[in-house]
Amino acid sequence: MDGEYVDALVATAPDGIAFDDLHVAHNGGGYTFQTPNVDHSGIDEETLRTVAAESPHVRNWYFWHATAPQKADRWAFLRWLEDAEQRDVAERYDALADGIAATWGELHLSVTLSDGERTYSIRHRADADVGTSALAAHDDPLDAREIAKHDDDGGYRPLKTAPSLQTGWTFPELSASEFVTTVDAFYPATVANWHREREGELDVTHWRDTVDRQTGIYGVVKTWDRGDGYEHVNWVAEACCDDSQCLKRREWQYDEETDLDVDGGSGEFPCREPCSLVIAGARQWTKIEGETSQTYEFELTPSEKEQIEDIIDAVADGEADDIREADIYEGANRYRTRFLRAKLFDDEGNLGGVETEQ
Amino acid sequence: MDEALVIAAHGSHLNAESSTPTYDHADTIRATGAFGEVRESFWKEEPSFREALRTVDADEVYLVPLFISEGYFTEQVIPREFRLEDWDPELWDSDGTSATNATLAAEDTDQTVHYCGPVGTHDSMSDVIVQRAESVTGDPDVGEGFGLAVVGHGTERNENSAKAIQYHADRIEERGRFDEVQSLFMDEDPEVDDVADYFESDDIVVVPLFIADGFHTQEDIPEDMGLTDDYRTGYDVPTTVEGHDIWYAGAVGTEPLMADVVLERAADAGADVSSAIEQVREETGGAKPATGD
Repeated sequence: MDGEYVDALVATAPDGIAFDDLHVAHNGGGYTFQTPNVDHSGIDEETLRTVAAESPHVRNWYFWHATAPQKADRWAFLRWLEDAEQRDVAERYDALADGIAATWGELHLSVTLSDGERTYSIRHRADADVGTSALAAHDDPLDAREIAKHDDDGGYRPLKTAPSLQTGWTFPELSASEFVTTVDAFYPATVANWHREREGELDVTHWRDTVDRQTGIYGVVKTWDRGDGYEHVNWVAEACCDDSQCLKRREWQYDEETDLDVDGGSGEFPCREPCSLVIAGARQWTKIEGETSQTYEFELTPSEKEQIEDIIDAVADGEADDIREADIYEGANRYRTRFLRAKLFDDEGNLGGVETEQ
Repeated sequence: MDEALVIAAHGSHLNAESSTPTYDHADTIRATGAFGEVRESFWKEEPSFREALRTVDADEVYLVPLFISEGYFTEQVIPREFRLEDWDPELWDSDGTSATNATLAAEDTDQTVHYCGPVGTHDSMSDVIVQRAESVTGDPDVGEGFGLAVVGHGTERNENSAKAIQYHADRIEERGRFDEVQSLFMDEDPEVDDVADYFESDDIVVVPLFIADGFHTQEDIPEDMGLTDDYRTGYDVPTTVEGHDIWYAGAVGTEPLMADVVLERAADAGADVSSAIEQVREETGGAKPATGD
């Protein structure tokens, strides 16, 4: 097939082409055409067309310059997907024929070559091995906005990078441009920030600077830092930014000089500043952490103390709903918890009958 | 290079539907092809105000706040979070309802940003309120024999909030289309609770000037007006309250014609979108001749 990629090659040759092991030039002696396996010089246009039409290097060159989105981060993301900086064209085209896959957050990404053209697809990584016909197929990248809104139980997902993306859908056949748009609809700005980080240009805004710029109802968060440590910010990061809560890799710290002591996670894409959920949480913590602690006195059996710990763990780890109704061996089981309440709460709901305000 | 439209909306950590009108209006505008890219951005959702510009390829961006009033969000939060260099509210030269636009550079991306006033104080918002009245009554000529109540939050958090409500109520009243027009508020007099006291007309259309349906428009206002004791049980449109038929419209921001106001804001800032405006007006029922101003 003497496709448009051949026309484009002939038109561009006078400017010289050097890309992914393809070298083409045009001078007084005719055209030169070189790839690792082919070396022609002094050929005429007709020969160039014949050679080019059969060359994956030409298709590859055309894809990256005329088909792939040219915005630097989108382009780099597509190159990353097929490991273009490590694999040469022959190796890549072999791999593409079978399909190349990667994971981005909870997304299972893949690119396949058919008839020389790249086709992209996206599904939930948990559905990686599910037959396509068992998944709801989508072709509009913006459908991802709706899919991303709710988890598998129908709960609203205010944080796009929470590890709670619903399953059961696929975008089976996307163009390069649609593919990046879809990824960006699931995980907004992750490609842009990932690219900035790779280029050494990620603009991280640390906790102190983020808190300092808050105004209105969030201005109060400034008062939480009292210049005597950052343990409270460790707790925030452990509560909100752990991989179990958010798939971004936290790169922000307490300030430029002071790293937090908790792990930032292992996500592919970075988190460059405390997000609106962290700030909304911090507003509430600023308020309640301003209280003075008091001594309350009530008695618990060792099992009751452990049960309270179990309940806190189950809620914090999002496992309360997974505890089976009749599994009374689990501290956070509903019947166990109702028993504890019946025994320990007074009519006003005070634990151990001890009033909160003393 | 192509120009982009970025819409800045509030969004919500709690309400999944808060973003819906933003997406809908963005989709309407996207379909016109007037901009190379159309991007939604949110204060409470993602992409955040802080990171929306870097997801846009264009060097030139029209930034339109999908907010009702001028004030805290449009004058402080949005310019700060989008990192618009040298922003000063004076650049809009507004009296609280007359914001224009300003051309600024974004500090982190170097893009040129035409920062526009919010949709809520644009003159064409009056048309959307009227259109909302038409939608809820199912009558394209609604007006005669009807009162119109424009409802807002009130001044508790932002003095300009009430100004925007009053501005459009006055404009619509001047057109003489409705027998009576009244602005009402949730947290100050005249209160929406007493809606029946403020009208003589048997039929009253109530249009809340909110961007998205949520707690205020779906729970508070219907209960305050006596349309229902419990919002969960719903209410009829119209519902008779103290002898008046109340046609409660829900948030004006869900009206499809809102997409037109977004485009008008961009057009005022220099975007070449006149054919898109025509197309959107036609598609969303706003194609009628100008109504008196």
